[in-house]
Amino acid sequence: MIQGLHNTIHEPFELVHKRKFDLKEGFFLTLIRTLGFSGGVILIIILFFVAYNGVRVLSWDFITQPPIQSMTKGGIFPVIVGTILLTMICMVVVLPVGVTTAIFLAEYSKPGLLLNMVNMSIYTLAGVPSVVYGLFGLTVFVITFHFGMSLIAGSFTLAIMVLPYIISTSEEAIKAVPYSFREASLACGTTKWQTIRKVVLPTALPGILTGSILGTAKVSGETAPIMFTAAAFFTPGIPTSIFQPVMALPYHIYVLATAGTHIELTRPIQYGTALTLIVLVLGMNLLGIILRSKQRSKKAW
Amino acid sequence: MKWQRKEKLIELTISSVGFFSVIILLLIGFFLFKEAFEVFYRAGALKVIFGAEWYPTSNPPLFGMFPLIVGTLTVTGLAALFAIPLGIATAVYVAEVANYKVKEFLKPLIEMLASFPSVVLGFFGMVVIAPILSSWLSPLIADKLPELMKSAHLPFFSTTLADFCHNKFFITSGLNMFTAALMLTVRAIPVISSVAEDALAAVPRIFREASYSLGASRWDTIWRVVIPASVSGLSVAIILGIGTMIGETMIVLMAAGGAAVIPHWIFDPVRPMPSAIAAEMAEAAHGSLHYHALFGIGALLFLITLILSIVSDFISKRYRSVKIGEKV
Repeated sequence: MIQGLHNTIHEPFELVHKRKFDLKEGFFLTLIRTLGFSGGVILIIILFFVAYNGVRVLSWDFITQPPIQSMTKGGIFPVIVGTILLTMICMVVVLPVGVTTAIFLAEYSKPGLLLNMVNMSIYTLAGVPSVVYGLFGLTVFVITFHFGMSLIAGSFTLAIMVLPYIISTSEEAIKAVPYSFREASLACGTTKWQTIRKVVLPTALPGILTGSILGTAKVSGETAPIMFTAAAFFTPGIPTSIFQPVMALPYHIYVLATAGTHIELTRPIQYGTALTLIVLVLGMNLLGIILRSKQRSKKAW
Repeated sequence: MKWQRKEKLIELTISSVGFFSVIILLLIGFFLFKEAFEVFYRAGALKVIFGAEWYPTSNPPLFGMFPLIVGTLTVTGLAALFAIPLGIATAVYVAEVANYKVKEFLKPLIEMLASFPSVVLGFFGMVVIAPILSSWLSPLIADKLPELMKSAHLPFFSTTLADFCHNKFFITSGLNMFTAALMLTVRAIPVISSVAEDALAAVPRIFREASYSLGASRWDTIWRVVIPASVSGLSVAIILGIGTMIGETMIVLMAAGGAAVIPHWIFDPVRPMPSAIAAEMAEAAHGSLHYHALFGIGALLFLITLILSIVSDFISKRYRSVKIGEKV
């Protein structure tokens, strides 16, 4: 019967579906498709270019040896250590403050002028240029606190820079914990703080960790904030105290490419350093992205 | 009732830490303007902002920031011409056109581009784009093309247009505004597209279904329904993108050429404000007028981004469809 019905309306049905080729539609959709890929294509081009030129210098010695002969030979071991130290101290400083602020925003804050003020300043801080953070770090940590150009001044500056990002990702993670979890805990007679500490934070922890991994990726690639506060062109060996200046990967690339005396001679090292930095940053990023998508698919509630 | 006191104490502690970000913002403003005050006071605010000569190390030093401000505005404007269409198109593609698999591939890629170290982008501009422009594109368009045009002997085409190409596309140095603008575009695309994508995703599904049910095609639905419905979010995306480009330091420092003069054409070198700070801070003695002048530039930058943040926050609150701009 259905077959018969289909046969009777066969012709008008076809007519309805027969669309004439729409030039405008085709043109704009193709345009969007082409332009939409531009960002990804550019990323891949730059990645391949740096990898192609950098992979030749990359070796075990390059990663584990200090630079020699005024940077034209040798490796970048102290530079890598400097970046890792900067990033780690920065995270140690920023995580307690950031997560506490997120707890405040998600659990304790009440709508009103004060909350608006906090939200507005986080939003504004997120848009402040990194070089301005560098200036701030210079006047506050380097000069006012007498830290000098040092690991600790650079880490603090980076911490302030990444604070808004850590706050917003942690807040998101805490807000994603279902309200029924809190209700169940409160119904057992716990206090609000006990609920937050024993129920909300452990549940939100994976999300907070993912956010901080992504934040670490952001921090380790930044140059402008550490330029005036921590980075040195050359230090003998790895720093022994937090009040010493350090070498850092991004600054190393910048200095070798623009200000060195052997710009052409150090080009392979520049490529190698750039590749190391990219692997570090994008590796962290990829780790964060994978963890996040795993958490999303795993979520039981 | 001991636990209640304890709870109160914890709440108080957490709330006071919560205000840390407000304090930081105020401190940044305070220290910048404190250090910047000196130059505006001693050299005259209008003279500093509209002075056309930036010679901080000559005797007497001249602190006219106008070339730097114009440098920032022109390089940002040029980059915005590329970055806004590309960023919005990426967002539209990811949110509206692409199928699930492409989306899953493209979204992490764009997120990775967002945290790509800008020093590597500057480096790429320096060692790849600049040589391409000066030793490949420039001879091609400024020399070969006009010769070809002149040999054609056509009116206008072989005279005016040929001369235009010869004069305007002769690139002396690859490190110029155009190179910097190209790399800034790469920096701004992920910022614009991630915020714009949120804005597009916030448009209710019913809007699209209503449009399709009226017989509108896919492009018509995007162009006449989805984009108008999310225009406030898209403008927030554009503002945040422009803010990123204004404040971006390493790209303009490495690829923009660094001449503190008012540019006349897109292939002129410029010295935008962030690059002036980054390049000169090392040589400016602490407490000198030059040092204060660099803080003056920083304070101006801070003010510009503050205004952009307030405007974008106002737009996204006023025409609220979704909380936008948080995960840049």
